Amino acid sequence: MSDHDKIYSTKFQDKIERSTVLMFVVVAVILTFGGIVEIVPLFYLDRTMTHLSPDVKNKVGSKEISPIVWQRQPGQSLEDWKPGDGVRPYKPLELAGRDVYVREGCYLCHSQMIRPFRDEKDRYGPYSVSSESMYDHPFQWGSKRTGPDLARVGGKYSDEWHRSHLRYPREVVPESVMPNYVFLDNNKLDASKVKKSMQAMNSMPFYPAHYTEADIASAAGVEGKTEMDAMVAYLQSLGNHIKFTEGVNYRD
Amino acid sequence: METTQAAPIKYDMDVVRWFSIAAVIYFVVGTLIGVWIAAELAWPALNFIPEIAFGRLRPLHTNAVIFAFGGCTLMATGFYIVQRTGSTRLWSNGLAWFTFWGWNLIIVLAVITLPLGITQSKEYAELEWPIDILIAVVWLAFGLNYIMTIAIRKTSHIYVSNWFFMGMIVMITYLHVVNSLALPVSLTKSYSIFSGVQDAMIQWWWGHNAVGFYLTAGFLGIMYYFVPKQANRPVFSYRLSVLHFWTLMFGYVWLGAHHLQYTALPDWTGSLGAAISLAMIIPSWGGAMNGMMTLSGAWDRLRTDYILRFLVVALAFYAMSTFEGPVMSIKTVNALSHYTDWTIGHVHSGALGWVAMVSIGALYHLVKKLWNTEMYSDSLVNVHFWLSTIGTVVYIVAMWVSGIMQGLMWRDYDEYGTLTYTFVESVSAMHPYYAMRTIGGIIFNLGAWIMLYNVVMTVRQAGATRLAKAVTAQA
Repeated sequence: MSDHDKIYSTKFQDKIERSTVLMFVVVAVILTFGGIVEIVPLFYLDRTMTHLSPDVKNKVGSKEISPIVWQRQPGQSLEDWKPGDGVRPYKPLELAGRDVYVREGCYLCHSQMIRPFRDEKDRYGPYSVSSESMYDHPFQWGSKRTGPDLARVGGKYSDEWHRSHLRYPREVVPESVMPNYVFLDNNKLDASKVKKSMQAMNSMPFYPAHYTEADIASAAGVEGKTEMDAMVAYLQSLGNHIKFTEGVNYRD
Repeated sequence: METTQAAPIKYDMDVVRWFSIAAVIYFVVGTLIGVWIAAELAWPALNFIPEIAFGRLRPLHTNAVIFAFGGCTLMATGFYIVQRTGSTRLWSNGLAWFTFWGWNLIIVLAVITLPLGITQSKEYAELEWPIDILIAVVWLAFGLNYIMTIAIRKTSHIYVSNWFFMGMIVMITYLHVVNSLALPVSLTKSYSIFSGVQDAMIQWWWGHNAVGFYLTAGFLGIMYYFVPKQANRPVFSYRLSVLHFWTLMFGYVWLGAHHLQYTALPDWTGSLGAAISLAMIIPSWGGAMNGMMTLSGAWDRLRTDYILRFLVVALAFYAMSTFEGPVMSIKTVNALSHYTDWTIGHVHSGALGWVAMVSIGALYHLVKKLWNTEMYSDSLVNVHFWLSTIGTVVYIVAMWVSGIMQGLMWRDYDEYGTLTYTFVESVSAMHPYYAMRTIGGIIFNLGAWIMLYNVVMTVRQAGATRLAKAVTAQA
């Protein structure tokens, strides 16, 4: 037997090492396992989404807790929604603000995901649940807190505070390292773009927004408003959709 | 070896040369942007205009170092290794040039679009959909060429480096295609078709495997070729490399979920990710040992061979960060480390210590081989080595201290049961460490400039020598 034919490991390994096709196929198959096991079930296991989770659903049904997702009645507009009514799609101005949030890379320094710890509850509020970001294409959970979490910043500060802070953060918080976003005041919104975004949200294969014709038409209202207005509206919409009840387990 | 040799094999090395030079240039640029954004966090007044504000430049930094520097290094070394280990030319030299120009076009488009705020906001996958399609095309051209070159090899077995490269090519294709699925609304704007929790899991499946396959498997392919070559010793253990390869291929894919511990991702997914993360210490350390032990009997060469130093220190950092990673994926540790600078420190111990160091070693080796010359200055390689090592250590120490401090400050309670620190107190406490991190980055970036100078001078010197030889031959 020449050195060339000697098998140094197992017969199968040797076979793989001699065949490009076999190695390609084995590698291509083995690489799929992790993704299939961890990702696919998230699309069909009810417990993944708070509002589909059986325990939570029962409690909502028996009126023990407030709804997780807004049950919009026919004829209701987005303006009929009140904080605590449950998760709803973004209003046109908020959606435009969200685009600005993404464009400026806010998620690189601010998370939108509160973890179930005592200090995070005291600092930010009740822990975040999955259904709260069901209309977020893409998600904005973030991975780093150079600045504080924003998942429940809505309603914590006045609009005027946000404007001053966004323009020149250090005039409001001297130790802040946030860039100045004063230029948002000069950029006007384009209603036709917002309409297109809303239509895109309606055609999503997962968790479409179900905007009505009237909702989309209402995007005309953003015309003349600035990116600053949009950003403030978006920030004020964060985290107050669900009215959480103390002591209830919303995650399992 | 027979004495009557046939004509030497012709290799397609021009494209490898161009990728190597591009890699060195992007190394300087990518780390320079890193220094700038590090300085912005220490001195926020540096965010002069929107185009260079932290939120827009940070994706440019990550894309530049991962895909411009890392990508060009992978393609240079990959095209080199696949030819040398298979004793064959590239399957298609033309396709390799298409890959070169295509990849550089993508980089130029990234440089234009990211500062303009054109982004999908998925970390390390920020580029918008038209560029994503271009990436897919160029990546498949690279992959096809690579795999077909393996197929036409003259050797009986496929060399271990090529296994790792093949794994990377396949996995990055899966990841890029799935994670980039989006609904376009215009040429410069699209929305991910996934939302919330599913989107998060898919993003971090991509995010961790950009690290696991692009920055680990690919660079392990580099390691398995250039460490034995530079040390002039065979790989320590063939069996260990078989084990290293298959466990890494199977295991790495699962790790993304550990980025989402305690989030709204179901508990089972994060815990599963963490369990496999812990198990990954075995292949990672097996691989690191395999590389290190390749030097047994040649350790004395570290005194004189500066290129080997880069490769060995890279392996040491690889071992360190692949130990740190699993530790950070443990839920109790993650509860402290997540959202803090510790993560940034961990990434950079891998990125500066492992990826950059092994690339630098391989690129110096390549430059010498490709231009058939010695380095212009060996002592500058040594200076570069120390700047890289010191810069990396300063950087990661700063981030460890600031990260753990942040984590502890956020969760601290006073005797009355109220939070001791406001958030902004943790921000101002970070200032000295952000300054220190900037200094570490400057030291590291200085090394990159020295490398660029040394490589340019080496290439010029090689050109001059060749010209002189030609003139003498004619005379």
